[in-house]
Amino acid sequence: MAQKYAVFKRRKEARKLLGSAVYVVFLVAVLVSVMGLAVLLIDIITGGLPWFSWSLITNYPSRHPEQAGLWPALIGTLWLMGLTAAFSVPVGVGAAIYLEEYAAKNRLTALIEVNIANLAGVPSVVYGLLGAALFVQWMALERSVLAGALTMSLLILPIVILASREAIRAVPRAYREAAFALGATEWQVVSGVVLPSALPGILTGVILGMSRAIGEAAPMLVISGLLFVTFIPTSPMDKFTVLPLQIFNWVSRPQDEFQGLAAGGIMLLLAVLLSMNAIAVYVRNRRQVKSDE
Amino acid sequence: MKAQRLDDAKVADTKGSGKPRRKLGGLIIKGILFLCALVSILTTVGIVVSLVVQAWGFFVEVAPIDFLTGTRWSPILKPRSYGVLPLVAGTLLVTAVAAIVAIPIGLATAAFLSEYAPDKARRILKPILEVLAGIPTVVYGYFALTFVTPRIQDWLFPDMLVFNALSAGLVMGLMIVPMVSTLSEDAMLAVPRSLREAAYALGATRVEVSLRIVIPAALSGIVAAFIIGLSRAIGETMLVTIAAGATPKLTLNPLESIQTMTAYIVQVALGEAPRGSAEFNAIFAVGSLLFVMTLGMNLLGHWVVTRWRLKY
Repeated sequence: MAQKYAVFKRRKEARKLLGSAVYVVFLVAVLVSVMGLAVLLIDIITGGLPWFSWSLITNYPSRHPEQAGLWPALIGTLWLMGLTAAFSVPVGVGAAIYLEEYAAKNRLTALIEVNIANLAGVPSVVYGLLGAALFVQWMALERSVLAGALTMSLLILPIVILASREAIRAVPRAYREAAFALGATEWQVVSGVVLPSALPGILTGVILGMSRAIGEAAPMLVISGLLFVTFIPTSPMDKFTVLPLQIFNWVSRPQDEFQGLAAGGIMLLLAVLLSMNAIAVYVRNRRQVKSDE
Repeated sequence: MKAQRLDDAKVADTKGSGKPRRKLGGLIIKGILFLCALVSILTTVGIVVSLVVQAWGFFVEVAPIDFLTGTRWSPILKPRSYGVLPLVAGTLLVTAVAAIVAIPIGLATAAFLSEYAPDKARRILKPILEVLAGIPTVVYGYFALTFVTPRIQDWLFPDMLVFNALSAGLVMGLMIVPMVSTLSEDAMLAVPRSLREAAYALGATRVEVSLRIVIPAALSGIVAAFIIGLSRAIGETMLVTIAAGATPKLTLNPLESIQTMTAYIVQVALGEAPRGSAEFNAIFAVGSLLFVMTLGMNLLGHWVVTRWRLKY
């Protein structure tokens, strides 16, 4: 008996030791990602800070790195974001309302749902090919900011739809039933009750979709090419460039100065992205506080 | 009596004139919303049609069998050759390096978050992973080219080329860790508490519960997370365009410069290839192959989840 207990005790020690070892392995793995992010940010800030100035933001691109800036890319990004939001928000929210509030449980609905899940996994460069064929060539929109925005809208549509659906699903059934009991029509319930309560969640989804769109370079590259843009777009049919494309342009030059400019551009891009994410988190948290009441 | 009849008349009135209009309005709204949902189907149709139509122009000039089995990709230099295998090999090489990084780290991160981390650690770690997932890929390209490659040259392989599959793959691994870990963690959190508690009651340690109860029970979701993460890596474009090079090559050596399928598409989009030439249409043939590969992997991932999910 005592002998058996000794064996048990010894094995217990070994198991405990193994446990601590594996815990350390897990911890190291977690630290790798955290360190990776830290090193990445430090690398960008040390590379970009000397180049980060007002003239970087307000100047036009130039062959002389000390005069180069990304003003047209910044304005191009604003154009692209505005048009993309104008297309993707109504269509995305409309599709979410249809799937949550109207759709019958049939094969067509199931097909649409599977299809949206798969679209979320299509590589972004393939969306670029779609845009290059459909919008640029067949619809003759040429390499315009409109063609870019339509492509980008299709790209972020799955994100907007999925987030909006979740937000709409989270609205308690009782709200709808109360409105129906008062004689409201289906649309009155949706527009007067469901949408207002789901708004913060939908907004979070829209911001996440837009922050995806703001950083996407590959599809825009296929559509607009790598332009040396010395003008800012004044209509949806103008040619354009966007922040990640200007950054790519600079990264792909061999001189150190342009690498520095690229890092400066990345700092601006990340600042915009992080503030968008912060807004999304703020909106999300506000909603949580409200629903606790 | 009279008053009641008046009420009845009112009811009849709303039934008679008001309701059909309300009904018609409702139908129109429903129709518009349905069209919004239909856009997603049309997108898929649009992708398939544009890829097929444009790739058709390419396959008239190059036999599909030569495209799929050829081992030399030389669309510009004569003699021209359109064998896609070097591009596929380059893509898979980078993806394999990414998998070596992302699978163990992603799995360990998921296990840590789901089984070990106190609430406080989760509240710090989850946003960090979200930030990692949200960083644009062009930024990862900059990082691979200007930081990771020089460090590898300094410390490990001084002869490594500036553009290489290794650093692109390593950074891509870091990039897809959040995706792999989030999806795996979701699968682990779905394992019922009772399984863990039963194991603890039998005297299992925390590691034994994690490795022998939770991970096996969540295996279908974890495998799906790997597959979906790698499908993301295959379709990734800017990172490999910036850091992995533009040299189509059939090689297993990650220190060499290669070209991925996506990087070729970008190269042609940047160049002056005239629309309608075989060289231009080749990007749609490559794009079709890319679309089929990623779609296949995503479907496989969903299939694994639904087919092998343990029901509790």
